[in-house]
Amino acid sequence: MDNLTTYQITVAASTKNLARVREFISEHATSEGFSPQTVADLCLAVDEAYTNIIKHAYKFDASKIVKIDLEFDDQKLSVRLRDKGESFNEDKYVMPDISEQIKNKRRGGMGIYLMKKLMDKVTYDSSGNENEIVMLKKRE
Amino acid sequence: MNTFKINHRTSSGYDVLDLYGELDAHTASQLEDSLKLLIDSQKSNIIVNCKDLDYIASAGLGVFMAYIEDVRSSGGDIKLTNMNDKVYNVFDLLGFPTLYDILDDESDAINKFLSEA
Repeated sequence: MDNLTTYQITVAASTKNLARVREFISEHATSEGFSPQTVADLCLAVDEAYTNIIKHAYKFDASKIVKIDLEFDDQKLSVRLRDKGESFNEDKYVMPDISEQIKNKRRGGMGIYLMKKLMDKVTYDSSGNENEIVMLKKRE
Repeated sequence: MNTFKINHRTSSGYDVLDLYGELDAHTASQLEDSLKLLIDSQKSNIIVNCKDLDYIASAGLGVFMAYIEDVRSSGGDIKLTNMNDKVYNVFDLLGFPTLYDILDDESDAINKFLSEA
């Protein structure tokens, strides 16, 4: 049986809390022995996921909350973010063409791409009344 | 908590924005305001010094995406300098190095501007 360690934080859906969320991830991942570069990657992936929830699921309504669970076992770290806002339709997601977006003075869509690049596995589930994104990172 | 600061100065006639701290979806509006202010006053040769920028999320990169075309269409550019490895890595993951001038330091940026003039 794996040794499991779990941590949880519940935060209001506000960009004001981004630094706090990054600190939560960084503190625990560092003490679990992840390298500084991996810790930086984890913080960015969680930042992007949480920012997407604030912007798209809750449309900047800071009265809503986001639950973040962080779980470590012998092989990996798993981080889960849950919200009850508008669901994200993964099928409609297209990887952004940055040079095309620049021409059109547009931005966005980069968060999901970064999350997938930085983590080993990203899954999204919006069955029931809750949206859940789970990201896994193997131990080095 | 979340600390981000911008200092504006001029160097050899170029506008330089020195960024400090963490650039995320909360602080990106400050960078946006600073860039807008420069563009509105017809400044289009802009150097962004990332020496003390500790962190960037995609919301920060989005600001550069939204304004680069305005600056370039008036004959200028936004050149980025002095990035640490972690920050550069984020730009690199999204393919920015082929679309933006990312240089070692301010003098390289000034020389690049001069060579393009």
